[in-house]
Amino acid sequence: MSLLDLKGVSLSFAGSKVLDAVDFSVPAGRIVSLIGPNGAGKTSLFNCITGFYKPQQGSIRLDGTEMLKLKPHQVTQLGIARTFQNVRLFREMTVLENVMSGQHSRTRAGVIDAILRLPSQRREEVEIRRIAEECLSFVGITEGWEREATTLPYGWQRRVEIARALATTPRLLLLDEPAAGLTSGEKEELIELIRRIRNERDICILLIEHDTGLVMRLSERVSVLDHGVMIAEGTPKEIQSNQRVIEAYLGVEEDALDL
Amino acid sequence: MAQFPERPSAWGGLATLLDTPQKRYAAIAVILVAMAVAPYIFGSYGTVILTNALLYVLLALGLNIVVGYAGLLDLGFAAFFAVGAYTVGITTLHFGLNFWLALPLAVLLAIVAGIVIGAPTLRLRSDYLAIVTLGFGEIVRITARNLRETGGASGLIGIDSPWLFGWHIRTPLDFYYVFCALAILGVIASVRLANSRLGRAWLYVRHDEDAAEAMGINRVKVKLAAYVVGAIYGSIGGAFFAANLGAISPESFSFRQSVLILMAVILGGMGKIPGVILGAFIVILAPELLRDFGDLRLLIFAVGLLLIMLFRPSGIWPARSKR
Repeated sequence: MSLLDLKGVSLSFAGSKVLDAVDFSVPAGRIVSLIGPNGAGKTSLFNCITGFYKPQQGSIRLDGTEMLKLKPHQVTQLGIARTFQNVRLFREMTVLENVMSGQHSRTRAGVIDAILRLPSQRREEVEIRRIAEECLSFVGITEGWEREATTLPYGWQRRVEIARALATTPRLLLLDEPAAGLTSGEKEELIELIRRIRNERDICILLIEHDTGLVMRLSERVSVLDHGVMIAEGTPKEIQSNQRVIEAYLGVEEDALDL
Repeated sequence: MAQFPERPSAWGGLATLLDTPQKRYAAIAVILVAMAVAPYIFGSYGTVILTNALLYVLLALGLNIVVGYAGLLDLGFAAFFAVGAYTVGITTLHFGLNFWLALPLAVLLAIVAGIVIGAPTLRLRSDYLAIVTLGFGEIVRITARNLRETGGASGLIGIDSPWLFGWHIRTPLDFYYVFCALAILGVIASVRLANSRLGRAWLYVRHDEDAAEAMGINRVKVKLAAYVVGAIYGSIGGAFFAANLGAISPESFSFRQSVLILMAVILGGMGKIPGVILGAFIVILAPELLRDFGDLRLLIFAVGLLLIMLFRPSGIWPARSKR
């Protein structure tokens, strides 16, 4: 049974095809990686799944619910959270406030509740805070919650971003190059964290990553995208020995001459 | 962690200065006493000016929610001020409605106007909002100028002053205290909103719309909430403005008015409540204090504003407390 299902997703910008009839699925409970050369359309595919881009054709379903027409915030409400390729924490706000944003779509207090400080609003605030603190502790950030988030060391910012995504209580977590810019020690911690997210919180993981070593160690399935086309799908072992994948990464000499 | 800067809050660093409850209560007591005795120190003319300043505090607090919190440039805020004033003027004069019934009606109309203007434009990126609100402000003023119900260019006169539990709010001193109460309520509501789910959402959307949406925040809805709350502040200010003066004319709601309120917000420091209050007082009091300079007064005022923007681009109120 797959949690996320993409069928024939096509996306083009001003006539140039970015994604060409992509079929792709994330089985429930798995850690899946999406790899491919630069410009293959990986982040575009992420943006389609999360509602930032609107594919011209195809179907994107989460647990059977069609999401093609949904806006980003509705996708998050359905249970997909994401991080960004370049860390995008909210400036001038504390670590805790950043993570508290995740609970926005799970809570409802409005203008009147806030002005009158109704008991329901206060209870909700306590709950938002509790969940944010729990998510921060889970990713290993147990101090400095009142610091301005963008003043944290880079590796910490990455983890705060993951905590923020976890705070939306997702079923599927999309990580866009989570290891980029991390030290090798931090990468080890990241692998550990991603496994714990899946094992302890029962959240499916889909990640884009360029560090192939990390991908092969962590993933249970790997999909390869090249020039907007899904060229291979399988276990890390199968992918490593797949001829088309090797060609995509290294180029094909004879074919190149024929062009 | 001392080397890391304190996050700027709605209080703009006051929270660190007044770090114990005792200090806070003392500060509040001093402010309340000062507000209570001010009319007896500054005389009747001073009281009128202070009342006007307090009106601007209320209006600037409202616009601050739109501009300072949610980061939306609103160039037609006076329109909501006009909606409040004219609703009270028309309903009390033409339909004999009690002020306290006209007030909720004014708020309701401002909400409707806010949604009508905001819902379509807030979907677009923020620059469009500035143009649409600019147009809206002018439409409201020109409409008021040309309708019979609004009294045309000469406006409405003879608007009754309200009663409150047997107290006829009538003298300038009465209105001064009413506006004191409104400003205090305005501050409380602003602070509570800033420290709420919605208040945080405004900041998220202002800092990074995409990241905010990825966190499940409906940016159009959140911006609309800010715009409508601002409209409510404006209409309440307008309603009491009409009751206070007893007469209103379209020229009270010109583009200049919108700019003046916006100036109060930006001058003191967007998003910081003490800064906004300071800004409102400067905008009203500075021209009064410069009265001796005659025609040069506006020039001096303008140069002062330019200097402030040059040397303190994020407003007069310090962004962070220096300890």
